[in-house]
Amino acid sequence: MANVIVCVKQVIDPEAPPASFKIDAAANKVVPPTGISPVLDPYAEYAVEAALKIKDTVGGKITAVSLGTGQLRDVVKKPLSMGADELVLLEDEAFAGGDSWSTAYALAMAIKKLGEYDLILCGREASDWNAGQVGSGIAEILELPSVTLVKKIEIIDGKARVERATDNGYEVIEVSLPALLSISHEIGEPRYPTIKGIMAAKKKEPISWAPGDIGVEPSQIGVAGRRTKLTKLFQPVREGKCEIIEGESPEDAGANLAKRLREAKIL
Amino acid sequence: MAEYKGILVHCEVAEGKLTSMATELLGGGRKLADDLGEPLSAVLIGSGVAGLAQEVIAFGADKVYVVEDALIKDYQTDPYIMVMEKITKEAMPQVIMLGQTSIGRDLAPRLAFHLSTTANLGCLELAVDTETKRLLQTKPVYGGNALAIFISETDPQIATVRAKAMSPLEPDPARKGEVITVDAGLAPSLIRTTVLEKVPEEVAGIKLEDAEVVVAGGRGIGGPEGFQQLEDLAKLLKGAVGATRPPCDNGWVPTGQQVGLTGKIVTPDLYIAVAVSGASQHMSGCSGSKNIIAINKDEEANIFREARYGVVGDWKKILPAFTEKLKELLAG
Ligand SMILES: Cc1cc2nc3c(=O)[nH]c(=O)nc-3n(C[C@H](O)[C@H](O)[C@H](O)COP(=O)(O)OP(=O)(O)OC[C@H]3O[C@@H](n4cnc5c(N)ncnc54)[C@H](O)[C@@H]3O)c2cc1C
Ligand SMILES: Nc1ncnc2c1ncn2[C@@H]1O[C@H](COP(=O)(O)O)[C@@H](O)[C@H]1O
Repeated sequence: MANVIVCVKQVIDPEAPPASFKIDAAANKVVPPTGISPVLDPYAEYAVEAALKIKDTVGGKITAVSLGTGQLRDVVKKPLSMGADELVLLEDEAFAGGDSWSTAYALAMAIKKLGEYDLILCGREASDWNAGQVGSGIAEILELPSVTLVKKIEIIDGKARVERATDNGYEVIEVSLPALLSISHEIGEPRYPTIKGIMAAKKKEPISWAPGDIGVEPSQIGVAGRRTKLTKLFQPVREGKCEIIEGESPEDAGANLAKRLREAKIL
Repeated sequence: MAEYKGILVHCEVAEGKLTSMATELLGGGRKLADDLGEPLSAVLIGSGVAGLAQEVIAFGADKVYVVEDALIKDYQTDPYIMVMEKITKEAMPQVIMLGQTSIGRDLAPRLAFHLSTTANLGCLELAVDTETKRLLQTKPVYGGNALAIFISETDPQIATVRAKAMSPLEPDPARKGEVITVDAGLAPSLIRTTVLEKVPEEVAGIKLEDAEVVVAGGRGIGGPEGFQQLEDLAKLLKGAVGATRPPCDNGWVPTGQQVGLTGKIVTPDLYIAVAVSGASQHMSGCSGSKNIIAINKDEEANIFREARYGVVGDWKKILPAFTEKLKELLAG
């Protein structure tokens, strides 16, 4: 049996066409694309999948925790419809606009309040700010061991044996529990919600905590708790136009491409 | 309270040598240190690394901290945090630079929280703000759809830097510097992980990161057989094969071939993207290439916004003819 806490968040769809990505430069903010629904952060979804794999093999309970404002129920309830048991939301305005520091702090305090856990799982990096820090931050605040870039987890004799992706392969690491693991995509595609899961998720009321419920001061969280300042947000300019090489047939176009590259001294 | 001053670079060592990431950081760090008019220090951590200290100085450091202990022969989070905390207290740097590698990605955020300060991961550029003297840290966000410039309001300011974002200096063997040996002083009982095994992924041929030509395939390649054709083209051009994430996830190619935000960064002269849609997270790993060529059946695909030359159509028909013609041209 394992008690697993998994941290998830709502993001704008990272697979939306890049052309739909817009920012409000004056406000240093991303403009959510119209007509494209937000989604659960993909790496957090990999973390949910990792939690479910653990539950499949050793049993136990999965609690998802999500911090953010304006979260759609359909989005944040996805872990429940995939098979998680509980959902805790930190939705108070005071939590909004934080950086890795204030977000990790609030999540760590919520996890402390949840109390019993063997593992905390996070994604390796959220698709919005690509920060890659919240997992390690929670571990440090809760004084837990952490392993990042995790691609496989086994629970053996009260410890976790995990595979960690490295730049030239992977390593097998044993870590004492409780521990925090940041999950990479090699863990395997997240499963689809089942009909039964979707029905259960509909009925499930999330637990909602305000700053006071988890014993944090408004000055330590959200915008007020930031330790980094975003001074500028902008879109890189893409210069250049693509020259499309044509031909009488696809084969001909392929040959023409070779000729053109040779002409242009690229090859 | 002592003042935070100067730059500290964490130098990674692989197979007894300084990594290219380390020399790039030293090059970038030297420039920042000069801009600030402050010293550049470096730290070498491991077992049997002391011999590299002079080389670190040759690449630009004024001071090298060497920490050796059998317990830190391999990277592990806990002992590295303890060592870095010790070095930070001794060196009091205002900036700590690490590589955006599997080590830096793990070490930087945890160290930042440990020291009650902040980190920014995957930076492309670091510059000194002339007014505030704080570090302007530029990094891709939203998978590379945007760039953000951050300032850390606490010291030390910690940043990891992406591969190839900075250039190493020409090493000067005559450069003088100071080498300081620091005792790791580790308590084994405080290390909560054990590395049981290291499994390297063998790559045949030219390494992806070093290749001047990369032939990359996407989901549209459809399977491992298709990648064999990319392999043949790569061989002809003395290049390497890369991939988007789906082919790696599907096991068509080893995971080490993945190019992008969560894969390798490549900057070849020529990047041939076949059946790749050009998602920002992928482009984030290859947009520094000199020439991008795209073959895709969808003329609306984003890759055509980034490519210099392209062919619209089925790669299965285009690629063999392209490869054949190239063979002919290269022979003649
Ligand atoms: C946080 C995060 C990090 C990520 N990191 C990475 C990363 O590091 N690297 C990465 O690659 N991805 C990464 N991704 C995934 C990324 O968003 C895309 O999903 C992925 O790059 C798409 O790969 P693709 O272009 O091969 O597939 P698709 O987008 O499915 O495109 C396939 C393309 O093939 C074309 N095609 C199909 N058949 C043919 C044919 N017969 N002939 C010609 N063309 C054909 C299609 O027109 C299409 O354009 C990340 C995602 C997130 C959220
Ligand atoms: N607001 C949040 N609520 C819950 N989990 C979060 C939040 N932000 C980050 N996380 C978790 O931390 C991971 C890494 O996020 P980041 O450090 O922001 O890149 C995500 O994949 C989530 O698992």
